[in-house]
Amino acid sequence: MLVTQFLILSAVLFCTGVYGVIVRKNAVLVLMSIELILNSVNINLLAFDRLNNSAHGNVFALYVIAVAAAEVGVGLAMVLLIFRNRKTIALDDLSEMKG
Amino acid sequence: MLASETATVAAGWFLTHAWLIPVIPAVAFFGIIFFGKKMPRGGSELGIASMVAALVIAAGTAYQWIDRVNGNAEAEAVIRTKQWFKIGGLEVGIGQHIDGLAMMALLLVAFISTLVQIYSTEYVRGDRRYTHFFASLTLFSAGMLTMVLAPNMVQLILGWEIMGLCSFMLIGHWWEEEANSRAALKAFFTVRTGDMGLLVGTAMLLFVFGTLDIKSINEAAAHYTGGHAILMWTAAALFIAAIGKSGQFPLHTWLPDAMAGPTPVSSLLHSSTMVVAGVFLVARIYPVFHTGLDINVAGNHFNFIAVIGGITILIAAALAFVQNDIKKVLAYSTVSQLGYMMMGLGVGAWMPAVFHIFTHAFFKCCLFLCAGSVAHTGSHHSFDMKEDMGGLRKQMPVTFITWIISTAALCGLPFVSGFFSKDEIIDTAHNNDYKLFWVIGLIGAFMTTAYMTRATYLTFFGKPRGGAKHFVEGHHDAHEDDTTDEVHDHAHVAVAHADDHHEPVHHGKPLPFAPSDSAWQITVPLIILSFLAIVSGYLNAAPFKIEKFSLWLEGSIGLKPGDTIPAGPEFSWAHAAPSIILVIAGFAVSLFLCLQVFGKETSPFKGLTQRVKLLGAGHTFLVNKYYLDALYEGVIVKAIAHPIAQAAYWVNQNIIDAIVNAVGIGGKRTGEWVYRNIDQRVVDGVVNGSGATARGAGGVLRPVQSGKVSMYGALLFGAAAVGALVLVLVNS
Repeated sequence: MLVTQFLILSAVLFCTGVYGVIVRKNAVLVLMSIELILNSVNINLLAFDRLNNSAHGNVFALYVIAVAAAEVGVGLAMVLLIFRNRKTIALDDLSEMKG
Repeated sequence: MLASETATVAAGWFLTHAWLIPVIPAVAFFGIIFFGKKMPRGGSELGIASMVAALVIAAGTAYQWIDRVNGNAEAEAVIRTKQWFKIGGLEVGIGQHIDGLAMMALLLVAFISTLVQIYSTEYVRGDRRYTHFFASLTLFSAGMLTMVLAPNMVQLILGWEIMGLCSFMLIGHWWEEEANSRAALKAFFTVRTGDMGLLVGTAMLLFVFGTLDIKSINEAAAHYTGGHAILMWTAAALFIAAIGKSGQFPLHTWLPDAMAGPTPVSSLLHSSTMVVAGVFLVARIYPVFHTGLDINVAGNHFNFIAVIGGITILIAAALAFVQNDIKKVLAYSTVSQLGYMMMGLGVGAWMPAVFHIFTHAFFKCCLFLCAGSVAHTGSHHSFDMKEDMGGLRKQMPVTFITWIISTAALCGLPFVSGFFSKDEIIDTAHNNDYKLFWVIGLIGAFMTTAYMTRATYLTFFGKPRGGAKHFVEGHHDAHEDDTTDEVHDHAHVAVAHADDHHEPVHHGKPLPFAPSDSAWQITVPLIILSFLAIVSGYLNAAPFKIEKFSLWLEGSIGLKPGDTIPAGPEFSWAHAAPSIILVIAGFAVSLFLCLQVFGKETSPFKGLTQRVKLLGAGHTFLVNKYYLDALYEGVIVKAIAHPIAQAAYWVNQNIIDAIVNAVGIGGKRTGEWVYRNIDQRVVDGVVNGSGATARGAGGVLRPVQSGKVSMYGALLFGAAAVGALVLVLVNS
């Protein structure tokens, strides 16, 4: 079973996602990076699912897809509203939470 | 649903569902309270509908019960109970106990309540608490019905107390006047005094018989072999409750004051509910009293019940002579008639006494409603016979005729209902060797006729006076100098009746219509009741050998007639003759005196009480109601309750306050020490310390909160990475 390859692919995607989240300034790109992270998790789930001959991983992956869709919906709506109010979606400009 | 317990003979639907009878008005009560004001007729339609429904079921119950008894003379009571609560192995049920006595009382209460409610729609029309009036009236009936079909003592007490509460609300219906609210309080507290006996007696019943079921108590008491003293005290305690509720001497003083309530209330209270509850209690568990108080034991000429009943007959009848208020005459008459019922039970005349409950309800209810009709229409809401009535027979023919019929029934003239019940009591007293009570009964019959003749004369004959004069003649001559009669009982109702003809604005002007009798809502109940005042007696007419009533109710005595209690006497006109003669004599003497005193300008009998000292003293004694009220208020309340209150006050001021003050000062000192040492130093130190720590930590962590999303993300992933590392290290 080629579990290792799947895991490596997943790790690469995950790291790409994390890099995107931390480094990118554009909110839309950050959201896309989060999608990458979630899908790397999905790959992991399916890989172990095949390894153990069970269907649990499939079910979880479906859940993750559903949650991701919702998350993107909410996230994009927020981004849209932020853009409407500030004419920018650069995350660095949004620092009202500074303590 | 209720679980059937005793079903030896299959009982009809009405017999097994008689428990619905009190439930319907009880539900209607809440309906009226919550929705009555929004209804087109202020909730009265709901009250009347519920009473009619109860009446229909009661009639069905009566029909099926009679059917059951006719098929089987030894018919068992239909008892169904459902567990209500359970205390230490004692299961207390709620349900029904239908036998002849319960059937009779259910029918009576539902019937009278229906008529009274119809009558009230006219009588209290426009009253400011119209809805509440009907709500209380409905709940009142529900209370009595609950009591009447109680299968055990607890449910009986429940109904009994509901009635006590409702009587308080109804008597004090017009509480804006202090006299009315005082009367309500007096009624409540006097009855409460008796209620102590009920609670104590019930507890003793449980102690003696180990059960509270009425059927088991009756069976056990009928064959009682244990200690006699304990049963005697039980019966005495329970009878004290009956004294309070049924207005027996010496607790009868609340009943005439209860006239402060609206007339329909007096009528309901005095005919079929409330006051007969005490008699009903004694009749319901008669074996307890019969065994406990040695009734019908050979050579025993006195017992507690008969003595109290006998005294009540005479003192109440005597008081009725000096009343000027027509309702008070009727109130004392009720007290006196209740005395007959009690005396009847005391001499072993169970059946005549219960039959007297039945007949008395019709004619006394009718008399009260007549009095209300007179006041409502004929005398400007005054109940004063001497000031505001007289000569009303031509203008109010229906009221007059129904009054005369009911009076004849009350006096016990032959061939009307009172004759068949009251004379049976008197005759049985003679037959059962209670000679003294036989004599008392005869004197009572004489006095009853005499005071009723006086009341009739003052109300319907002679010259119209005061309010009646205004009503009859249609103008205001008599009212010019008489402003006081507006202060009578119902002045404020007259104000409330803005659209009514007896509204004060008409005084001084001719009435806008010819003087006529009351509205149909008032006269129809009068006609029905007076019809029954004649006919109801023929259910148990001894002279005609009719004994239907006895047959239907015999099973409820709990004792076998002819065995433990003597069989009823054989009727003969020779036995009835003394009372008939005395009734006629009473009528003649009273009529003669009335004509002399009230009818003539000058007469040797006029002002007799002023001229003859002995008569004057007697009159004063009666006017002051034997000084019983003075005794209760002046002696008992002042001399006993007052010192107790004073002593309690002293203890309160000197002992309890000292303790409280000492505790207070000690508490204050302790508090101060605690404040200085513990609160300021220890607690505040801890609080301040933790505050300072939190502030310092906040200052250190502050830079982390940069507001940059990417930094938060980096921290999140960093933390996750650390977590994963820890997980790997731990698992490997």
